[in-house]
Amino acid sequence: MTRLSSAFAKPHPALVCFLTAGDGDTAANLDALVAGGADVIELGMPFTDPMADGPAIQKANIRSLGAGTTTADVLAIATAFRARHPDVPLVLMGYANPMVRRGPEWFANAAQDAGVDGVICVDIPPEEDDALGPALRAKGIAPIRLATPTTDDRRLPQVVAGSEGFLYYVAVAGITGMQQAAIESIEANVARIKQATDIPVAVGFGVRTPEQAAEIARVADGVVVGSALVDLVAEHGTDAPEHLRALTASLAEAVHSAR
Amino acid sequence: MNDTPPNSFRTQPDERGHFGDYGGRYVAETLMPLVLDLEREYRAAQADPAFDAQFQDLLEHYVGRPSPLYFAERLTEALGGAQVWFKRDELNHTGAHKINNCIGQILLAMRMGKTRIIAETGAGQHGVATATVCARFGLPCTVFMGAEDVRRQSPNVFRMKLLGAEVRPVTSGRGTLKDAMNEALRDWVANVDDTFYIIGTAAGPHPYPELVRDFQSVIGKEARQQMQDRIGRLPDLLVAAIGGGSNALGLFHPFLDDADVKMLGVEAAGHGLDGNEHAASLLGGFPGVLHGNRTYLLQDEDGQITEGHSISAGLDYPGIGPEHAWLKDSGRVEYTAITDEEALEAFQLLCRTEGIIPALEPSHAIAAVAKRAKEMPKDAIILANLCGRGDKDIFTVAERLGVEM
Repeated sequence: MTRLSSAFAKPHPALVCFLTAGDGDTAANLDALVAGGADVIELGMPFTDPMADGPAIQKANIRSLGAGTTTADVLAIATAFRARHPDVPLVLMGYANPMVRRGPEWFANAAQDAGVDGVICVDIPPEEDDALGPALRAKGIAPIRLATPTTDDRRLPQVVAGSEGFLYYVAVAGITGMQQAAIESIEANVARIKQATDIPVAVGFGVRTPEQAAEIARVADGVVVGSALVDLVAEHGTDAPEHLRALTASLAEAVHSAR
Repeated sequence: MNDTPPNSFRTQPDERGHFGDYGGRYVAETLMPLVLDLEREYRAAQADPAFDAQFQDLLEHYVGRPSPLYFAERLTEALGGAQVWFKRDELNHTGAHKINNCIGQILLAMRMGKTRIIAETGAGQHGVATATVCARFGLPCTVFMGAEDVRRQSPNVFRMKLLGAEVRPVTSGRGTLKDAMNEALRDWVANVDDTFYIIGTAAGPHPYPELVRDFQSVIGKEARQQMQDRIGRLPDLLVAAIGGGSNALGLFHPFLDDADVKMLGVEAAGHGLDGNEHAASLLGGFPGVLHGNRTYLLQDEDGQITEGHSISAGLDYPGIGPEHAWLKDSGRVEYTAITDEEALEAFQLLCRTEGIIPALEPSHAIAAVAKRAKEMPKDAIILANLCGRGDKDIFTVAERLGVEM
């Protein structure tokens, strides 16, 4: 059983927590997420042009790059995390260009060496899977695909076919950190996706509070929270860990006890 | 009968939207069904004679096509070499080639039942052209423009507003063209049901590079026929400036299988290719993925996108259309770069020899023409695309020449 499948095999839904690498003291911040009860860590690779992200994560990208974060730094953060937390699944999330800059094989090797379990690439849809997917699979790293409200039944089989680890259902047609989708829409779409695949479905985009997270956890295998955590890093700087731990703990309690 | 030669340069892209290693559809899943819809609708439009008839009618009576083919006699004399001819796309309605593409795309948008238009713009030419067609067809229009460009290009901002468009200044990133494109993409994913994104150059996810090229190919089709009619032969060299590359592709594409016609694409060298202050993606960049396609990009060793620089805001983009990337690698088209200074000199040269104030974008092409013409015999023929007029640039030029306005 992989670290990712173990996380989703727990008797409760999984909490997936996102932070941008290199924004603040990432090691301390990630430790706070784990201490708060996060089941999966999603580590954002900063990019100059984060097209799918709302203002909160855009600013985190700018802060991180402004502080000089490189791809080597991101991989070092992952490597050190893996050493401290041998059992917590770690997923890299980002955009295609930094991932393929030195070639997909280079990236897959480096991610494997860093103990990364999965990769979410926003702008590589199934149609362009060749650009990264085969290299990741060859190294046992799960390519985690995204499904959205616009992914119709005709496309869904193609989307789920190449996805491993879990499927990330983007609850709103829009960017990260903005409005939340109606729970009825989320429930119907998760049910639709689960008819097409056996892999777990985690839901994200627009999830900010324990109440929202609990509502979603009742109908999905996992809940992803990003912008609300990133906002705490922006607001509290070096004091962020205690705040991250507190929010994560309340999110984890809500998600883990939802059903 | 199939008249496409077996090793044609005119059969790209493939069914996945790839031009060799370039192009493709690198978009978020939310947009993927939309670009597939767009492709289906574009194929249907291509097969529909009524679509082409409406497109041609608007080009003739609204845009003012065909644009003239003009022999630049005094410029030719001044250069003392090959004959220089211009395709006069600066005489189009709105003053640049951009309108050709906007007409085509808004017809597609209406065919798809879309009721709202968005666009990105750098210098404002594509924004003005989009606002123009939106006014013409009564569709609401939002143009995303970097806050820095809004400040630098206030006349075009006012033009767009007069035409009824909303101009949304973009403050994310560095507030330039690429940030405007990011913001347009963010708007599009949040308004997938009613909104059509009119992309201004032959870049972005498939099928945009193909359809923009096809709409702009009216330039080369006309020029090819006009050359035959006027002098009974094709030119020896085609020259066009390249930002994203749509005016160049529009001129080049109909000639790609004419083996005796050489082609030169001219990128912006800014302050010079040896530093970082340029916008030459092909000559100074590396292949990567941005804004929906794989192409040459200005980027660092980690794949972070770097800012382009050019005196011409229309060339100031860190990427390039994927078909140019393929044409470069295949060797069919030669690419060169012209500095800000050289473009400024060429701008003034054309003003004084021909009584034409060119935009700073084609001034780069004119500077390259000036270099090449001198090396070619007097019976050789160069055809350059005069893709925009310079009214919008007089403030920039005045500033660079130290003139108080």
